[in-house]
Amino acid sequence: MRELALNILDIAENSLSAGAKHVEIAVCADLEKDRMKIVVRDDGCGMDEEMLARVTDPFTTSRTTRKVGMGIPLFKFSAESAGGNFDIRSKKNKGTEVTAEYVISHVDRMPLGDFGGVVLQLVTMNPAMDFTVTAACSGREGVLDTREVREILGEDIPLSAPEVRAFLKEYIQENLVDIFGGRL
Amino acid sequence: MKSLEELRALREKMKSQTDNRSVAGSDETVIKVGMATCGIAAGARPVLEALLDEAEKRQLHNVSISQTGCIGMCRLEPIVEVFKDGQKYTYIYMTADKARKVIADHVVNGNPCKEYLIGEN
Repeated sequence: MRELALNILDIAENSLSAGAKHVEIAVCADLEKDRMKIVVRDDGCGMDEEMLARVTDPFTTSRTTRKVGMGIPLFKFSAESAGGNFDIRSKKNKGTEVTAEYVISHVDRMPLGDFGGVVLQLVTMNPAMDFTVTAACSGREGVLDTREVREILGEDIPLSAPEVRAFLKEYIQENLVDIFGGRL
Repeated sequence: MKSLEELRALREKMKSQTDNRSVAGSDETVIKVGMATCGIAAGARPVLEALLDEAEKRQLHNVSISQTGCIGMCRLEPIVEVFKDGQKYTYIYMTADKARKVIADHVVNGNPCKEYLIGEN
């Protein structure tokens, strides 16, 4: 994993397999304090305390094909190797919240990468899930809520329609450039 | 800067087109991209993006592209599965360029890209 955006995609995929209906993703940066925070919160099936205690161990996984699960350990590593910290909270049948904090100027902090592309992929490829994506940087903030988009489009046009995807691609990219300005 | 208001206009424009979209029917091609940690780390995201862009550029309405979890051969990722004419084709070690070629040669023209298939190298 060379981009934080890919870590976000990976963690959000976990929410998908947890049967979440709504996923909130937030990337908030504070350039003055030199900190940035990534939060992924879902309303999926969650984990019990025993699983939660073991979940950052790469030899823990919910899948049945093999005994290795790298998603959460890699995300945790990305934060802790960049002077930040990592936190995961979960309640069985309520949902899960994953938080990672970074020191922006730390030499080992991965670049944010193509966050716009990841958001586009998540919102257009998961028709059964709603997303609220927040991007904030030193006072500027933008929110994309797929429930709002779906309301405008109505029931007959899916978010995956090529025309809608093309619009969202530009919409997301323009707003992210305005908010982050390539500084992350 | 674009605003969501423009989406309303787009919706009106698209309403008239939705009818001929549903005609796709049984000759549909299904494409799946492995998008678990292994796939993502190996570069599955640019592959998926290339597939979607190429399908959009060529106006392929009878192709359904989606993502799936771990296909089970992590060392061969990124993996793309194409279900066409009742057969399954598994492409391995994919890149964005290879993905575009698969759309052009296999999905559009019906000639599988043998050199990218599993078991060929």
